[in-house]
Amino acid sequence: MSGLLSPGTKVRVRDDWPETRGACHIRTPHYLRGAEGVVEKHLGAFPNPEDLAFARPASRLNLYHVRFVPQAIWPDAGGEALVVELYETWLEAA
Amino acid sequence: MSEVLETPSDRLLAAVRQLLTDKGVVSREEIFERIQATDAATPAQGARMVAKAWVDPAFRARMLADGAKAAEELGIPMRGMPPLGVLEDTADEHNLVVCTLCSCYPRAVLGYPPFWFKSAAYRARAVRDPRGLLREFGTELPQAVKLRVVDSTADYRWMVLPLRPAGTEGWSEEQLAAVVREGDMIGVTFPKVS
Repeated sequence: MSGLLSPGTKVRVRDDWPETRGACHIRTPHYLRGAEGVVEKHLGAFPNPEDLAFARPASRLNLYHVRFVPQAIWPDAGGEALVVELYETWLEAA
Repeated sequence: MSEVLETPSDRLLAAVRQLLTDKGVVSREEIFERIQATDAATPAQGARMVAKAWVDPAFRARMLADGAKAAEELGIPMRGMPPLGVLEDTADEHNLVVCTLCSCYPRAVLGYPPFWFKSAAYRARAVRDPRGLLREFGTELPQAVKLRVVDSTADYRWMVLPLRPAGTEGWSEEQLAAVVREGDMIGVTFPKVS
């Protein structure tokens, strides 16, 4: 998703698996692919690590703290909130 | 003794350093400065920040807004370091930090991570069974307190600002800093007064 997302925006992490297609560097944990969460905070914009890792020109991406309900990911999970840093390119509207 | 044991990695390090300075990528002074900063980085630095935040509400606000700036205020070198985020514990909510992908850690203020921080077991359990994990560290989190797990996956490094323990009224910053341990700033334990 592009454009600045405000706190409270519902998002879904793209259910994408680039690691099945070849060499890559991903900062989105596998357990979150396809999961729905809520934007908590905009953390700034940073060069895309998926490009930096391969010394490619990296565009700056918005980075967000996104909050998830752990039990929606693992039914037996403990804890009340799981907060993860995610880049805008991994988020879609939910 | 004129002979000094030199390993292949020493020679490699010297060669890389020489190349970096010859090519003007970094200066010798910058390398020296970074070595000094790395040596100075221990949990005592983070503990100083926590103690100051406990006694100085204005510093606390600045630290929550920008951890790196607050660290620099206390003379902690942050140049070239990733942004530092500070997670505020409250009476209702406790924070726990993990990096499930690798080992992201706020080294500038906590030094090298403890060995278990990088273990597969800690990384897997912190997100899925955090209360059980805390119990193994001897930390009983009351059911009424919400547990917020922060998975450090990208450009920030995170430290926890724990609650000031009871029984420390009137203590100096130095006394307070002495009770803050690295685990308290990761969130696996709480500062304790013995």
